[in-house]
Amino acid sequence: MGHKSLHENKEVENQYHETRSAENLLSIRKLEFGYLPHKPVLEDVNLDIPKGRFLGLLGPSGSGKSTLLKIIIGLHRPWRGYIQYGSEKINYTKTVKSISSSAASYFVRPIKTLIGNVFSSIGYVPQIESVDWNFPVTVTEVVGMGIWNRSGFYPWISKNDKERIQSVLGTLGIAEYAKRQIRELSGGEQQRVFLARALISNPQILILDEPTSGVDYNTRENIFTILTDLNSKGMTIIMTTHDITGLGKRLPWVVCINKSIISQGPPNDVLTQENLLKTYGLSRDICNLIDDRETSISNPAITDSSRHNHFHVESEKES
Amino acid sequence: MDFLTPFDYEFFTRGIVAAVLVGGICGLIGVYIVLRGMSYIGHGMSHAVFGGAVVSYVIGFNYYVGAAIWGFLSAVLINEISRRRKIKADAAIGVVTTAGFAIGVLFITAAQSFHRNFEAILFGNILGITDQDLYVIITVSILAVIFVFFFQKRLLFVLFDKETARVYGVRTEILEIVFALVLALVVIASMNSIGVTLLAAAIVAPAISARMLTNNFLRMIILSSVIGIVTAFLGMYSSFFFDTASGSTIVLFGAGAFGVSALYAFIRKSYHSHSHGPIKHTHPHLHTDKHLHKH
Repeated sequence: MGHKSLHENKEVENQYHETRSAENLLSIRKLEFGYLPHKPVLEDVNLDIPKGRFLGLLGPSGSGKSTLLKIIIGLHRPWRGYIQYGSEKINYTKTVKSISSSAASYFVRPIKTLIGNVFSSIGYVPQIESVDWNFPVTVTEVVGMGIWNRSGFYPWISKNDKERIQSVLGTLGIAEYAKRQIRELSGGEQQRVFLARALISNPQILILDEPTSGVDYNTRENIFTILTDLNSKGMTIIMTTHDITGLGKRLPWVVCINKSIISQGPPNDVLTQENLLKTYGLSRDICNLIDDRETSISNPAITDSSRHNHFHVESEKES
Repeated sequence: MDFLTPFDYEFFTRGIVAAVLVGGICGLIGVYIVLRGMSYIGHGMSHAVFGGAVVSYVIGFNYYVGAAIWGFLSAVLINEISRRRKIKADAAIGVVTTAGFAIGVLFITAAQSFHRNFEAILFGNILGITDQDLYVIITVSILAVIFVFFFQKRLLFVLFDKETARVYGVRTEILEIVFALVLALVVIASMNSIGVTLLAAAIVAPAISARMLTNNFLRMIILSSVIGIVTAFLGMYSSFFFDTASGSTIVLFGAGAFGVSALYAFIRKSYHSHSHGPIKHTHPHLHTDKHLHKH
């Protein structure tokens, strides 16, 4: 009898999760992944992302936040668990993992193509350090990559596509750089070029890996304003960031992650000393510094000393 | 002697057609190789293919098909080893391709009596190419151009940002395999005219010369192909008058083109137009940190 009720409870729980999953744009359940056998980077990750959410993944280096992004966009295949993209559910088992890690991976279709009908598209902005900025391409060519499969078979960019590219660049305030080589741009402008490449396909969901790393204060604010504006128009945004104090505290929804999800919700509820301690392993003194920083962030005049505190926190994390 | 004298000889005309086609496709494919940071692969692949050519000749298999299969397998092996990330691509190229070359040398020394002159493959003998060789060069040239034309957008995306290309649905692994096959075919087609020992320069020199002249990818492809064609023509043509080896002369013209391009890039950097209010003028000057023009 007891067994039966336990079984029934399990079924009810599963039904509850299925119903919840259907309402979400993205649902992740019991996800496990690692780069080396028996050394999981992510364990038992459960996350629901409803349409229109602006979410920041926070965690120290090696916490698995970028890895989770790469799983969502199909660059890594998890060991187990499932991801539901809208109504399309992809189950991962050990079998799938063994296929991906063998020569048979040549014949496995990328997840993006499997779920292509669910999302009109995913816009992805990688870390700007991930490419060689000396590469001989112009801004137009880079943005054009975002619609490579919709812009004809010929090698050049059509007039229509050029106008479309120009329009996206204009929205981001970099229209005059269209013909420039990417090397000639500043870090913030390069970041906006990547953003333009992601936005040109009108994605439902925008995924950004550390969009504010290595950029100055003004650029960070500029990028944050652009993202807030896109989100206000209904775009779902998922981003990773190291920047708890400058950005994390101002995001509508944050997820603290370190191998598994530690906590999630609005920053005021999530960024508590207890959660920061669990996520970053920070000492209480450092947590206090972050609290101090919060006070100075709410004040538009940022002092050099508060910047110093910020960097101090970053270096503590690295160590 | 008339400047058109060389064209009175059929073997020369055939040779110059072959050289121009080979120069063009080496220049075309070279762009992708140089930007992929695998300049050494042209050198390695040509050595590996030499092994395949010798082995297939000895066992009585079609010379071209054997070399193509061998070259393709070498390229796939290099890709696979460097994909694992534990060993870098240059080390993988070094081992795989030199082993292929060694097998070729081993077969030659083991059986001394060959009708085929393998020196032509090593150092190139463009004046001795047969009609069959020319047909192979023409076919490979057409295939290489078709491949680049239809796959250009995907190739550019993968070269610039492979990870994001995968997110946007580019089948990167398959693209790399197809590229390896095209490269193997280009190497085989070029083997008899340039020679396996000189081929690397014919692939790399036009591409790096073009890189010096432009920051635009499509323009770089066109320039590299044109430089390949022009240097091949000039090298071939002058080898007739200087009575020098055609492959070596073509490669030296390629190296010369790089020297001229590098010099041009240097002069352009330091000597270019700028304006002070309404006055626009040109003269050599230094650029300081804040881009102030000091005269």
